[in-house]
Amino acid sequence: MTTIIPFGPQHPVLPEPIALKLEIDDDVIVGVLPSLGYVHRGLETFVNTKDYNQTTYICERICGICSALHGITYTRAVEKLFDVEIPERAQYIRVIVGELNRLHSHILWLGLFADGFGFESLFYECWKYREGVYDVLERITGNRVIHSISKVGGVTTDLTKEYIDITLKMLDTLEPQIQNIEKVFVNNYTVKKRLVGLATMSKQLAYEAGTAGPTLRGSGNAIDVRNTSDWDIYKDLGFKTCVEDGGDCYARTKVRINELYESIKLIRNAISKLPNGEIATPVKGTPTGEAIMRTEQPRGEVVYYVKGNGTRKLERLKIRTPTFANIPSLLLTLPGAKLADVPIIVLTIDPCISCTER
Amino acid sequence: MSLAKSPWIIHVNCNSCNGCDIELVACLTPLYDAERFGLLNIGTPKQADIMVVTGSVNYKNVNVLKNIYNQIPDPKVVLAVGACASTGGIFHDCYNVVGGADQIIPVDAYVPGCTPRPEAIIDGVVAALSILENKKKGNIRGKEVKLTGKEVPSNA
Repeated sequence: MTTIIPFGPQHPVLPEPIALKLEIDDDVIVGVLPSLGYVHRGLETFVNTKDYNQTTYICERICGICSALHGITYTRAVEKLFDVEIPERAQYIRVIVGELNRLHSHILWLGLFADGFGFESLFYECWKYREGVYDVLERITGNRVIHSISKVGGVTTDLTKEYIDITLKMLDTLEPQIQNIEKVFVNNYTVKKRLVGLATMSKQLAYEAGTAGPTLRGSGNAIDVRNTSDWDIYKDLGFKTCVEDGGDCYARTKVRINELYESIKLIRNAISKLPNGEIATPVKGTPTGEAIMRTEQPRGEVVYYVKGNGTRKLERLKIRTPTFANIPSLLLTLPGAKLADVPIIVLTIDPCISCTER
Repeated sequence: MSLAKSPWIIHVNCNSCNGCDIELVACLTPLYDAERFGLLNIGTPKQADIMVVTGSVNYKNVNVLKNIYNQIPDPKVVLAVGACASTGGIFHDCYNVVGGADQIIPVDAYVPGCTPRPEAIIDGVVAALSILENKKKGNIRGKEVKLTGKEVPSNA
């Protein structure tokens, strides 16, 4: 006989409301039914009332964790609509702030994940290191969470010598700190006991389920939009895709830790190659036609579709977020797992419900 | 006095973009360390004194919010963190948004900002402490919020 246990919408492990109806037999899960909509605001309809510059600020508030990358993706999509080239310095500043965004997001996830499997001191350690990244982001952009770095035509703030110095200094202190927490996540006996072999997805299954980001790369698929899309800067900066073959929670954790090092390398390379010049070109007129833009967020690939109709307001904005692509993998990996492992498996896809439901 | 020395908070995420939520968690972590005020983030409403609401209210989570509010024992204080929880914020015109948390439940203190800094959130919690103490002295009870059942479709 099976019992149905509700998991969420208000649950101590989840910072966000998602409801899963778990069908359990003894202690083993046999079926999962997700229920979404607790964070739905209706932003895609809302943009019809705002012009394309104002929409930047709405897109940044889709998610407070990857807000810079939402803004960057939206502005790049609108620039594609206008067919304008933005200055090279602006593109490099976008990459630097975007990678700082990824750094803080991954360290945040590592902390929440540690809290999920009950390692509270590790959670505090991760969040202590994360504040260093936030200090730099606050100095550069003026706000801790919503950065508003990108605007249509370029960026809002220039990287001065002072900002570059504090960024490099922060990276020098952050790298040994990440090595510290990496030791625990990769080598600790208790952590390995909880993570190795849990919620395993084969390479084929992860690809066919349409997963994105570290969930996809943790199963051995070397797919990263930073390498495959038309954003050329990443190829110039020597970006290497991080892949692990395990396919379990342990492999996905390792992918994210390796991406931290990759982000640090990218920021250092971008700063050393930072060209001089303008930071924005003026963009005027009304957009027409349609455009699609993809970028790699901390959680995976995000797709923006914009359509203009010759007025200052966009006719349609459609967003496909990475968590939306990753939720099907939960339905595949949860059956067969123990009830006590559910928080870990749910957290392992790095769920961002406010992105998904908008 | 014992209540204000160690208030336990429950965090309710209504419609938030995560910004206020991670700042609220950042309050409890080593740099800001709100635990020095005896603050503890607790999972169950039955043990909580202060309810921290982030994000505006939408039609699906109205009843979740009311349910949690009704379960908190008296005296209780509600703190709305961020522009969205206070007024609806940037999303106040969206079709699925009812408005700020004070449209549904009585709110005692507001923390403005998008997003508020951790210092501002701690300041708001400290302001809520004196309200909590006054409510205890005056034996002021929170009004029970009725679940009408009309807000949510039955199959949701």
